[in-house]
Amino acid sequence: MESAVIFVAKITITSSMAVLYATIGEIFTERSGVLNLGVEGMMLVGALTAFAATDCFQSLWVGVLFAMLISGIFALIHGFFAITFRVNQVVSGLALTLFGIGLSDFLGRPFIGKVSLKFEPFGLFPLDKIPVVGQILFTHSALVYPAYLLVPLAYVFLYKTRYGLQLRAVGENPSAADTVGIPVFPMRYLYTFIGGALAGLGGAYLSLAYTPGWKEQMTGGQGWIAIALVIFSMWDPLKALGGALLFGFINAFQFYCQAAGLTLIPSYVLRMLPYLFTIVVLIVITRWEAAKKRVGAPAALGIPFEREQ
Amino acid sequence: MSVPITEKQSAVFMKGIVKRFPGVVANQGIDFQILRGEIHSLLGENGAGKTTLMNLLSGVYRPDAGEIFVNGQKVNFYSPRDALELGIGMIHQHFQLVTNFTVAENIVLGMFGPGKLNMLTIEKKVDELSSLYGLAIDSRARIWELSVGEQQRVEILRMLYRNVDVLIMDEPTAVLAPQEIEKLFEVMRRIKAEGRSVVFITHKLEEVLAISDYITVLRRGKVMSTVRPEKIREKDGVVSRELARMMVGREVILDVGKESRKTDQPLLRVENLSVRGDRGELAVKDVSFSVNVGEISAILGVAGNGQRELVEALVGLRPKDSGRILLENDDLTAVLDRVAYIPEDRTGRGSVADLPLLENLALTVRDQFTRGPLIHWKNVEKKARQLIAQYNIAAPSLTMKARQLSGGNLQKLILAREFSQNPLLLIAEQPTRGLDIGATQEIWHAILRQREQGGILLVSGDLKEVLSLADNILVIFRGQIMEIISCKDDKGLEEIGPLMAGVERKR
Repeated sequence: MESAVIFVAKITITSSMAVLYATIGEIFTERSGVLNLGVEGMMLVGALTAFAATDCFQSLWVGVLFAMLISGIFALIHGFFAITFRVNQVVSGLALTLFGIGLSDFLGRPFIGKVSLKFEPFGLFPLDKIPVVGQILFTHSALVYPAYLLVPLAYVFLYKTRYGLQLRAVGENPSAADTVGIPVFPMRYLYTFIGGALAGLGGAYLSLAYTPGWKEQMTGGQGWIAIALVIFSMWDPLKALGGALLFGFINAFQFYCQAAGLTLIPSYVLRMLPYLFTIVVLIVITRWEAAKKRVGAPAALGIPFEREQ
Repeated sequence: MSVPITEKQSAVFMKGIVKRFPGVVANQGIDFQILRGEIHSLLGENGAGKTTLMNLLSGVYRPDAGEIFVNGQKVNFYSPRDALELGIGMIHQHFQLVTNFTVAENIVLGMFGPGKLNMLTIEKKVDELSSLYGLAIDSRARIWELSVGEQQRVEILRMLYRNVDVLIMDEPTAVLAPQEIEKLFEVMRRIKAEGRSVVFITHKLEEVLAISDYITVLRRGKVMSTVRPEKIREKDGVVSRELARMMVGREVILDVGKESRKTDQPLLRVENLSVRGDRGELAVKDVSFSVNVGEISAILGVAGNGQRELVEALVGLRPKDSGRILLENDDLTAVLDRVAYIPEDRTGRGSVADLPLLENLALTVRDQFTRGPLIHWKNVEKKARQLIAQYNIAAPSLTMKARQLSGGNLQKLILAREFSQNPLLLIAEQPTRGLDIGATQEIWHAILRQREQGGILLVSGDLKEVLSLADNILVIFRGQIMEIISCKDDKGLEEIGPLMAGVERKR
């Protein structure tokens, strides 16, 4: 029984990481008032770049770095249209996803089926010696551990620092931010880039650690889950962690059912579960939050800023 | 009468300022100087170029021609930050506050300092400043919890926190009750006493005379005159007239000379009405009143005391919590076609900004112009031309968009549309807000004429408007009617200010 719990808990963590990185990234982007629906495309570009760069330079970390850089730049395409040209951000973001899917499909063909380096799990000494908890939390690949730092850091940054305050102000009321001298346009570009880079990190995690290798559309809709989780988390990194873990848990649960040979529910249905569950939770949570009249989305989300001239 | 212009000893000196917008020259070669430790009023009608001039000084716009000197040094501002760094701060008419942030967060926003925010220290400093200047505020409150007057205090504190030398305030009194205005003036005098300068933008004559050291009158983008208030007092017994003449260029009579047309026949009856606000709180609490045929009743109060919710409940935009609303003897919601509504938000609710005038005119009157399922556009056009002539609307064509009209003309258009339906009841919300004297007069006369048709409920924060038009004044505070005062009751009228601020009437 104990081993089953550890099994499910470990898979919960490993299968939530890609979504978690992408969600935190999108939280940053949306907090600045830019809605980027291109997460799925950015993750795919990140996954492919990570794999290709690792293969080329024979270094995993170079692969990760390239993935973040290229995905960040990829996000800036959306930024350029959304921030400078003030086009409809929904359209521009969807286009970015479609572009990312097509581009990675096309450029990724030579890499299909290739085997390259991958991040191997290892025990993070001495924390992995803690009974149960150590096994669950500290026997992962090197791309999991940064997330343990990223979530609290993102939280502190958003709510406890001057720069986080400025970021939130830009997303809430860019005109007010501008009046007190905050550079709205550069800030929006910066956080669009950061959102892309973190989505790229999520992609890199998929192609270098979680399911090593490159396969077309290997993200399987996790970019969309990330966008759902941003809303679910009410743009709060700590709640995003909870949401990502929930997604991971349902995923782990279906793995467990398959591994244990529980054939009561067809595996197709099981594989649908994490997505279905995310949608259901999203609906419930937003209804509930709306009922409480809580402050929700950044007030200027998706609205281009224009200084009168 | 005009002040000799020198760059020396002036805090700010603007020379030959020109600013063009597509189709308009907002500032046509303006010279303007601000001395240290003075309150300098910028007086003028809407569109005279006051706000534009100050936006140039605060770095929001860049001038097309002309020079700006601060403390004798020529400067170029590329953004508000540049102006703030030289100690020039502007409080805009639409407050630039992040509503989800706390007071202290808004005040410190955009300032340099250590990355880690120590909110406790900041809040303490804000509290110190607020008690020093008598600007009472809870530094931990969120902006959306505050009244408009309190939000203004946050804006002032933000500037004091930044230690500005020149504080520009764009129409700061427009949103305040009389008591609050007096308090604001005290703060302005205090700032002045510290050797700082205040620029006070307004179009209200009495206020200018009460507070200014210098008055600069702008008209159509040009300086008409720069005077000291005492000077004109000596020269002319009727000071306001003189200034008004400078502003408008023609004689303005502010007294519309109304006579009561009130009858005994009740029209609208509101009984024990309660309405909830956006956050579920009771915004209107157990309110009862009535409006008779031929009567103008005014709901007077500082913005945010439940007026909006009350009106929305009356016109069916918001469900009522309890109580009854009767027009003659029917529930109001059943006979809404007999009610005309002039919303406060002209371009949002009153019109569709991007539709042509013709379609805007047909929005609520289409029933009169239908042929089967189709609209008879020819008839609409005929009616539109007639209304435009009748209401003196300056509109070059019927195909131009509503947003291209000036505020006054757009409001006249909305009035024309609503009145042409012959409504029994007119509900007018801030009908002249932000309009200049000329347009205000025309709107007032139109409203007074409307009494022939039925009753009028006027919702306004402008005491002068209410006194000019209404038979009865219902003072609203925190969702309750404090008192119903007849406009003939001089004693009662004296109590209006305190009542608006929530002070019960002395008996």
